[in-house]
Parts: sequence; structure tokens; C-alpha cells
Amino acid sequence: MHLQMIEIKNISKSYSEIKALDNIALHIEEGKLFGLIGPDGAGKTTLFRILTTLLIPDRGTATLMNLDTVTDYKKIRRQIGYMPGRFSLYSDLSVQENLEFFAQVFNTTIESNFEMIRDIYVLLEPFKKRKARDLSGGMKQKLALCCALIHKPKILFLDEPTFGVDPVSRKEFWDNLKKLQKTDNITTVVSTPYMDEAALCDEVALIQKGKILAVDTPGNISKKFSHKLFEVKTNNNYKTLLFLRKMDRIHSAFMFGNSIHLTLNNANEVTGLTTELTANNFEFSIKNIEPNIEDTFMELMQKE
Amino acid sequence: MNKVIEVENLTRTFGHFKAVDNISFNVEKGEIFGFLGANGAGKTTAIKMLTGILEPTSGKGKVAGFDIITERNKLKYKIGYMSQKFSLYEDLTLKENIGFYGGIYGLRKREIAERTKKMIARLQLGDIENTLIAEIPLGWKQKIAFSVATLHHPDIVFLDEPTSGVDPITRRQFWDLIYQAADEGITVFVTTHYMDEAEYCDRISMMVRGKIAAMGTLDELLHKHAAKDMDEVFLKLARQ
Repeated sequence: MHLQMIEIKNISKSYSEIKALDNIALHIEEGKLFGLIGPDGAGKTTLFRILTTLLIPDRGTATLMNLDTVTDYKKIRRQIGYMPGRFSLYSDLSVQENLEFFAQVFNTTIESNFEMIRDIYVLLEPFKKRKARDLSGGMKQKLALCCALIHKPKILFLDEPTFGVDPVSRKEFWDNLKKLQKTDNITTVVSTPYMDEAALCDEVALIQKGKILAVDTPGNISKKFSHKLFEVKTNNNYKTLLFLRKMDRIHSAFMFGNSIHLTLNNANEVTGLTTELTANNFEFSIKNIEPNIEDTFMELMQKE
Repeated sequence: MNKVIEVENLTRTFGHFKAVDNISFNVEKGEIFGFLGANGAGKTTAIKMLTGILEPTSGKGKVAGFDIITERNKLKYKIGYMSQKFSLYEDLTLKENIGFYGGIYGLRKREIAERTKKMIARLQLGDIENTLIAEIPLGWKQKIAFSVATLHHPDIVFLDEPTSGVDPITRRQFWDLIYQAADEGITVFVTTHYMDEAEYCDRISMMVRGKIAAMGTLDELLHKHAAKDMDEVFLKLARQ
């Protein structure tokens, strides 16, 4: 039996006429790595600000460990770690000074919770006297994570920690998160615009224009895809794509790396499709594949 | 002229640090060239030299037929540039932004008016031509920024992580614009952290610690590194 760590009930928040969050409800269990997946402007940061007690919703309530984000904000702040999307450390302090500063703010010391940050800190140690502003992107991100963990929070909020980060550093960052989850049973809420990172979460919410499109495990999300999905490979994908888009039998056709993913209005029309492509001198191969999270996200987006 | 970029032994050092270390490559007219690398591998420094913003420590190069050291000012009229971080003025309207960039690139008033009209029709943005850029969603902004960066019909356009954070459908619509531009003969030089996008490129290069560690078509790179996709190639090379 898992404890509910986060309960979000019917939260809405608008900025003048723009509805940043539109009646959001979610619950997140203890020890889960929960992903909030959606593009820029989906409302991810607004939700983070509400959960970290920095913003009051127009409607609805949110509780963290049964504490209300509006009335119990002081108690909540001591028990959560928050890494905002934009680099938020003191750029004119060194690595070491930043860590000490955040430890002091939370009435603790680097030593008392060192175990938690050890794996990440050892990578930073060679640069501990360097000013934060002179660190590379990947190092800044590691320092920010250390600072968010310094007081041993029960819940960790990471707003787009891998935005603009290359695939190798992204992978390292996710390995670190997984380790934290295992050794410290920390509940983590992480947002990302990268669909491939969704697969690394225990549970994900797909969010778009302030609304939740779906909440489920990554495996189950892909099952929500409502069509039979085909992968087409050709020697000229763009030309083929333009041709496919003009065909009536095509329901959707999108590039996916070096192939095209397509759905038909009626999956039985695949024979008709191959005949037509062959008649137009396309060299191609086609096969039925399992949809991934990005396929599903795109389908759900278009249904909205 | 078929080569839009010709670079030989280009190097740039900062103190003792070699940000770009003796790179040589060519890019052909109309090609979509993917320029990959980890953060800090030297991509931005290389792009700054190719766009005439930063002088190389040694080596030479030509972009759009102009020398990147001695003809930097002429070069700037022949290239377009857009990045994820800075593209359009938030406190100007869509139309004002187009007019402003048109002016910077030395277009005449009549040309600006003509191209503005065409661009707004092409992107179907008639409804928001007088809207402030600040109020336009990111995905649209990026498409507009791309069209603005190619307003003066440059020989080559440099795109620095143009789709970071954009939703998956808009990301693909953005690539439609890239393909159209390439079809019209504009060379596209693009950096991205989305490996599926790397696979859309005609040729891909990968920088590791200031050097070009690999370059070729997708098939060539997959074959050479025995990988199933670009993501795997990237991980293998960056961890060497």
C-alpha cells in the first residue's frame, strides 16, 4: 500500500485571459518517479509553482503529505526540493559556496546529508572553487540538483532539468534520478518536453494547453493509441510524405527519424496503399509497429 | 558555386583551451546539414566563426562564397540565423518584426511589403499580423522566426536548436519549412538535441571535444558504428 504524497484537486489558474491550468486533478504516490510530459506553454511550470507553494491557484486545492499548499506553505517548504527551469543558483558564488548557502538556509550542513548527494557531488568536486556562472550546462544542472537535495527533501520537483541538454548528459541525469529513487525512496515529479524520457518514469501525465490528456504508466499510455500504426521506409521520405498526405485513405502521416509513421482511415486499406505507392514508382517497405509515447501524444493532441 | 561552406583546419582557442580543434568540412548547396555534439563540444564556437561573429585562431573558410575572416560584413547579408534563445522582438508585432529584420538585411520597402504579404499568407497568420510576438505561442514563434531568418533569401540559414521545447506536431511542421527551404536551394545548417531530427538531415556531423569525430549520411554512420539509430551513434561517440 502506497501513501499518497501529492493530491491535486480541480486546480485552475489563469493569467489574464490565458488559462494556464484548466481543472487539473492528479495524485502521486510515495516513492514514485512521476513525469509531467508536454511542450512549452502546456502549464507545467505553473503547476510546479502551485505545488511548491509559490503561486496560489484560482480554484481547487493541492496537498503534499496532507499539508495544504496555501495554508501550510511554511511546513511544506522545509520538506520539498525544487529545481526551477531557469538556472537559479547564485552565479557569482562558487560551487562550494552555493551548496553551503542552501544548506544554511535549510538549517543543515553539507556533511549531514552528504550520502544523498555523494554520487553527483564527486563529479562536481574538481570544480568546487569555480564560480557557478563558469560551469558548463551539464555541471550547472548537477549543482542545481545537489542544492535541491541538500536538506534531504521528501519530494523533489524538477522543472525541465534536461531542457537543451545533450543526449549523453540527459542519460546521466536520469541515471542519477533512478538511483535517488532507489536509495532514498524520494518522490520525484519531473517535467520534460522530451517524449523519450517519459518511458523512464513510473507514471506519466501528458499535458497540453493546461489540460491533462492522459495519466498512466508509460506502457499503458501507448495502448491508448486508437489506430493500427504502420512504419514506412523509403529512399526519399519527404517526397513520399507529401504524396501520402494527399491520399484520402491516410488518416495521419508523420516523419519519425528515418521512417514515416502512418495510420489509415481503415486498416484494411493497407493493400490498396501498397498498390498505389508501387504504381507511382515508390521504393518502400511497410510494416505494422507498436506505437510509442510520442505517437500517442500526437494523436491525443489532435483529438483535443 | 556548389559548395556553400568550405572550411579548412579551422581552430579557435580561448587561453589554453581549444574550443574548436582543426576542423575541415564542406557543405553543398541545398543540403540539410546536421551539426551535432554534446554541450561544450564546440558547436557554438564553430557556428560563430562560420557566421563571421568570431575570428578563428587559425585556419580558413568560405561561407556563401565569402571569406569568413576578410569578408565578414558581406557574408552577413548572405546568411540567415535563428536560435532557440533569441529570435524575435517580443514587444514588436509580427509585422513590425518582419519589417525590422527586412530593414537590417537591406531589403527595400517594396520588397519588404511584398515578402511580408507572401510570408503571412504562407504561414496562414493573417489573423495575428498585428499581434505582439510576446502573445504568440512558442511553436508559432519558431516558425515565424525561421521565415524571418530566410526573408532576405540567404544562401544558407543557421539554425541553433530551433525546436527545443516545441510540441511534437509543431516540431514536424517546423521541419516541413526546412525541407521547403532546402527544395528552394537554401542550404540548412542545423543543431539539435533531438536525435530523430538528426535523422532528417542529408548529412550529419558530430563534434566531440572540439574535433569532428564523425561525418556522413545517416546510413553511413549507422553502418560504421554498428548502431540502430542516431541516439546510439551519439552515445557511442560522445563517450569515447
